Amino acid sequence: MADLQTYGQDSGLKHTLLRGLLYLVLILFSVYYLFPLFVMVTTSLKSLTEIREGSLISLPRVVTFDAWDYAWNQACVGVECSGIKTFFWNSVKMAIPAVLISTILGALNGYALTKFRFRGANIIFAMLLFGCFVPFQVVLLPMSQTLGRLGIANSTAGLVLVHVVYGLCFTTLFFRNYYVSIPDELVKAATIDGAGFFTIFWRIILPISGPIIVVSVIWQFTQIWNDFLFGASFSSGDSAPMTVALNNIVNTTTGVKQYNVDMASALLTGLPTLLVYILAGKYFVRGLTAGSVKG
Amino acid sequence: MGASSSTESNLMASLQRNLSKIVVAPSFAASLFFVYGFIIWTAWMAFSKSRMMPVYDWAGLRQYERLWQMERWHVAIENLLIFGGLFIVICLVLGCLLAVLLDQRIRAEGVLRTVFLYPMALSFIVTGTVWKWILNPGLGLEKMMHDLGWASFKFDWLVNSDFAIYTVVIAAVWQASGFVMAMFLAALRGVDQDIIRAAYMDGASLPRIYFGIIIPSIRPVFLSAIVVLAHLAVKSFDLVIALTGGGPGYSSDLPATFMYTMAFQRNQLGVSAASAMMMLATVMAIIVPYLYSELRGGKKNG
Repeated sequence: MADLQTYGQDSGLKHTLLRGLLYLVLILFSVYYLFPLFVMVTTSLKSLTEIREGSLISLPRVVTFDAWDYAWNQACVGVECSGIKTFFWNSVKMAIPAVLISTILGALNGYALTKFRFRGANIIFAMLLFGCFVPFQVVLLPMSQTLGRLGIANSTAGLVLVHVVYGLCFTTLFFRNYYVSIPDELVKAATIDGAGFFTIFWRIILPISGPIIVVSVIWQFTQIWNDFLFGASFSSGDSAPMTVALNNIVNTTTGVKQYNVDMASALLTGLPTLLVYILAGKYFVRGLTAGSVKG
Repeated sequence: MGASSSTESNLMASLQRNLSKIVVAPSFAASLFFVYGFIIWTAWMAFSKSRMMPVYDWAGLRQYERLWQMERWHVAIENLLIFGGLFIVICLVLGCLLAVLLDQRIRAEGVLRTVFLYPMALSFIVTGTVWKWILNPGLGLEKMMHDLGWASFKFDWLVNSDFAIYTVVIAAVWQASGFVMAMFLAALRGVDQDIIRAAYMDGASLPRIYFGIIIPSIRPVFLSAIVVLAHLAVKSFDLVIALTGGGPGYSSDLPATFMYTMAFQRNQLGVSAASAMMMLATVMAIIVPYLYSELRGGKKNG
């Protein structure tokens, strides 16, 4: 870190001015980043007439949660007008098993690839890693046919399978890089004491895996919850996840455009991941950097 | 005693070695089928006569020829160059700038970092929805400026086929620049303090310290960020769908939306597969050299 305070040779007025300018610039940038969130929240709390009369940045004169209620219970997704709630639960039903399965498999893979290395373990890891970078467009057509043949096209089960399969490379990467830094002696000592593969995993490895489990769960949850491509390609109608439903609500061309409902739906779709980010931001960043840059 | 227990432990050891193979086997098999198998499958479709239904009769390069004859594909490629170029450059500049600013012992650094990074937690569909509303010429920014008294203000990029792709850049930069900032901030914190102190003792000014020493020393992060952003740009799909739907017409199409449209709306499976293979080739051209150098570098350090 280099900073003005430590190294600044300017004292007094110039220093104060520079600091003031620095904060001003940072505040202006925060306004830019917060602006869409502000617009989403205020618009969702306005009535339609107020939206038409007022401006983008005006606060709601009368705060009303009607749009939220409407979005949750009545908004039309395609021809179905029972709100976004069904699709919210679709996403929940899809995300929870997919996150859990991919994380458990990733942990086992990472452990097996680092602590009980076998010939070719590195090659297998490299081959799994490759899956993180494949543009999913290249697997869309075969996947839709495979899901069809398996009889799980247009179902939550199908989406769970897809997310587990393509999430595995990331979770394996996380756990592998984490376990590489854990001393092998720990495992060797336990092996000499007669502990087996799964005993060591359960008793020694898992209890010290807390931080990386959190990273993996957060990463997988945001990826799966936010996914649109797979949802749009492999689901339709009632089985669609929430992002697909949101897009249907917003891009519907019939009837009066209800901007407040659009914004409320968008907020409802974004809330779970925003919440995760606010509650566990540190781990979220770690997951982002670990997932994108080879650790 | 020694002999029997050593055979026993040998047996245990070999069982355990096998156990680790057995544990990895399902994931490996899944990746063989769902990643490598599917790539071959798609490659095969791109060489077939598939249109509405997949048929596996060999057609040579016909689908690629059709692809490259399509005006729409050229628009998508051109858009990818515009979008990718601007997206990467602006994200790098903005991310680097924000990181340097945040690196000055800022009072509320934690809060600001949270503010700059939260868009990354949102789905591109959510981001697209909001920006679509903000950029809506009749109701959003344009109307706001009119209300503020700037009557001649015009901002109709969203519905202007020459500029629609730039609105995608605006929203994408908003979403991803905070992430670049986080990468740079982490790197800045890792720069050797002694070098900076020495440069300062020599009388170098702060901007010179940054431009001459700190930023060059975090060069690898630039490379990583470029790779990540380029990868994101090639895969960009959701944001375009939510923001412009590829329109007006197909003026803001990207290869990802092109591929999807051909596959699921136009019943052009062969062309769609060919475009997917082009995308794969692009990503590989970026990722493979990068991974190769990273893995080799890792070996040297380890």
